Formats: sequence, C-alpha cells, structure tokens
Amino acid sequence: MASLGELERAVMDLLWAGQEAATANTLRDLLAQDSEAGDGTAGHQGKDLAVTTVLTVLSRLEKKGLVERERGTRPHRYQAVSSRADHTAELMHEVLGSAPDREAVLARFIGSVSESEAATLRKLLGYN
Amino acid sequence: MFWTSYLLAVLALILAWPVPVLLSRAQWPARSPFTAMVLWQAIALAGGLSMIGAMLVYGLEPIGDNLIAGLRSLAGMVFNNEPTTALGFWHLFALSAAALLTAHLVFTLLLTYYKIERQRRRHRELLALLASPSDDGPGTVVINHESPVAYCLPGGARSVTVLSDGLMAALDPAELRAVLIHENAHLSQRHDLLLWAFAAWRQALPWFPTTRLAQTAVNSLIEMLADDVALRTESKGTLIKAIAIVASGSSQPAVSAAALKGGGAVVEGSGVSATGGADSPRTTASRVSRLLSPQPPLTKGLRVLVLAASAMLLAVPTALLIVPGLLG
Repeated sequence: MASLGELERAVMDLLWAGQEAATANTLRDLLAQDSEAGDGTAGHQGKDLAVTTVLTVLSRLEKKGLVERERGTRPHRYQAVSSRADHTAELMHEVLGSAPDREAVLARFIGSVSESEAATLRKLLGYN
Repeated sequence: MFWTSYLLAVLALILAWPVPVLLSRAQWPARSPFTAMVLWQAIALAGGLSMIGAMLVYGLEPIGDNLIAGLRSLAGMVFNNEPTTALGFWHLFALSAAALLTAHLVFTLLLTYYKIERQRRRHRELLALLASPSDDGPGTVVINHESPVAYCLPGGARSVTVLSDGLMAALDPAELRAVLIHENAHLSQRHDLLLWAFAAWRQALPWFPTTRLAQTAVNSLIEMLADDVALRTESKGTLIKAIAIVASGSSQPAVSAAALKGGGAVVEGSGVSATGGADSPRTTASRVSRLLSPQPPLTKGLRVLVLAASAMLLAVPTALLIVPGLLG
C-alpha cells in the first residue's frame, strides 16, 4: 500500500500535467494505468486502489489549499489551484525573500548578499 | 530591598544598551563563536530577569522586607482581599508593568513558535510534492530551480535539507559535501532553538538595541559554528569556494527564474537584500574573511573568563532577588 503522502504526490503530478479538471474516477484510472505501464513507483497498488482512497487524498489536498473542487457538477471535478512552477516560485520566494521572520524559519547556506559583496566574491573566484 | 531594585535597574540598563553595543563591535566572537553565543544568551536572559525583577522588587518594597515576603503579602491582597493601602500608585504601576512584561515575553515566545511552525509545516507540505529525494542521504531533497540555493528546514525527525538543481550543477562533489555538512550542523546543533528564542526576543522588544544586535550576532555566529564543523572534514579552500559560488550566484536577480519548467512563474525580487534585516549583509563577508585570514581562537583562560562572566550575569540578578529572602 502506497502511503497517503506518495498518493498525494502522484495525484498532484497528474493534475499538474493535465489540462483540465478531473474526477476522482478519472484520476483513479490514470493512477492504475501508471502502475501497469510505468516503473511502478507512482501508484504501484493501482489495481486495488479504491475511489474512496483517491477522494480522501483529494480532500487532504483541498484542505492544504492545493486543489479546488468545481461546485455544481456531479461527480465533483478537481483541479490544481496553481501550477507546479507557481508553487516552486512560492517556495523560493520564501527562501530568497527577506521576510523578517524567514531567518527563524529556515537556515540558508548563504544569506542575502549585497551587490558589492558579491562582486568581491566573484573576483575572489577569478571570474570577470 | 530598595537598593536591590536600583541595582537590578542599573543591570537591566547596561544589558539593554552599552554591553550589547560593545559586544557587537568586538572582534573576538569570530575567534570563539561558541563562547560568544553563550555570552549573548546570558545577556538576554539576565537582561529580561533584571528588568522584571527591578519592577517587581520596587513594587513590593512597602509590603515586604524581601521578594518572598513581599510576594506572600501580595498574594494575601489578591486572593484574600486584604487591604492594599500600603501600596502607592507607583508601586501598583511597577507591579502591573512587571506582570505585563512577563506575560508579554511568554506570549511572544509562544506566538513566534506557532508562526514559525506553521510556516515550516506549509513549506514541508509543498516540498513533499515538489522536491525529489537526493542521493546524498535521507533528509536531503532536490528542488527544481536554477539559482544555487541550499537551506535546511528544521523540524525534529522531519528536518530536511534542500538543494537546488542550480546548486548541484555549480558545485563539485567536495564543495557539495561541505554545504551538506554545514547544513547538517545547523540541524544537529539545534540552531533552530536559538533562532526561535532570539527572534521572539526581538519581536517582543523591537525598540531595544540589545534585541536587534543579539539577533544579528546570533545569526552570524551560528553560520560560523556550522562552518567550523564543515572544516573538520573538508578543506578551507573547498568551503570558501562553495560560499563564493553560492553567494555570487544568489546575488543575481532571480527574475531569470522565469526559465522554470512550465514557465509563467517569476520569483519576485532577487536574492539581494538592500535592507539587510536581521540577516546582516556583512555576515557572508565576515564569514569569508574569517576563513581567509584565520585568527587563533581565544586562549583557554580568556574563554573560561567569558564563560564565568556569563554565569555571573545570570547569578547576580537571581541572587539579588532570592538571597535576601533566604537570609531574612
């Protein structure tokens, strides 16, 4: 049995790759296909994956604000709130930005560097 | 009893301003970062203790010969409705201020913890979906981004070190190892606890020079401590080169990150921080100059002296508060 974390990742990968919203049934089928065709890492229990499990995963992702449900349609169709690239940008913004409490949240190998400092370091490296 | 509150007030004052200013200008912390770290913690703790203590002792002065007797009489007034006529306006003012400051410090500490934990949880959730595991061992993941970035996200057993594609491409294996050892040192030495405490300290009293100076110094000292751990196994040249590559790469405007897969995403701003915030821009420069022209660590005698001074800083206000009660 794949962990919920792995399933969340597989579901997000499908939603990010797909163009339009998908139902839990569609997602279940896609996950099953992946496990038959692929190397088996994405959803290796594909065949016995229940739709309810996919729905559980989707509601967890919805709670985290990563997917949204189209209201009004039955069965519900789900789509990613923003693209993979946007989420990466969000993370990097948190890392590179200078929010006042960022220093306490994570420890960067190199903090913010002033332009003159960077120039000195480049010289040190023998660049330009 | 009266002189006790004056002594504590004087101690609070010198720990709030001249002492941290002098320490932040001193050169020796770079030579013995651990000793300096202990001293900063002692300054912060003793400063807070003497601030609260001075007000408490002043306020209790009319109703008790010492802190313990005073607190006992105060408890009688609060819980048994005993007459409060002995306390003048300023005594009540000082007592309320002491109580408020204590509550404020504890509350800010907890609130800061909650905010930090919430941000870390969100960050970890996204990493679980976006980053791929790396070959460099468990707890290390790689994120698809072209700027050379390395950081660690503390969280007990779920701590994770994140490297970017850009970093992996820019560094050779030895340099990468130095970066990983540096980040793991942050995690294993629990620097997150120091960062939390000093962030809260600054958040609670932002207008005190000591809190800003302490946070800047602590941010810088933990980097030096982590560098020292990396130097145990990696060469100095390797570490300097890794720092230089990452620093020069991260200063380039991150707008070029539009080249991210999928497009459409631009990381706003850049790695350059003009304001500096708590993470003083001088940190990287002082790290590199410390590696390029190393000074010998403080002699053992001096280190013992500083540690003894730190112990005294904590012992003096504690003794001023408690000893008169035990003797009387």
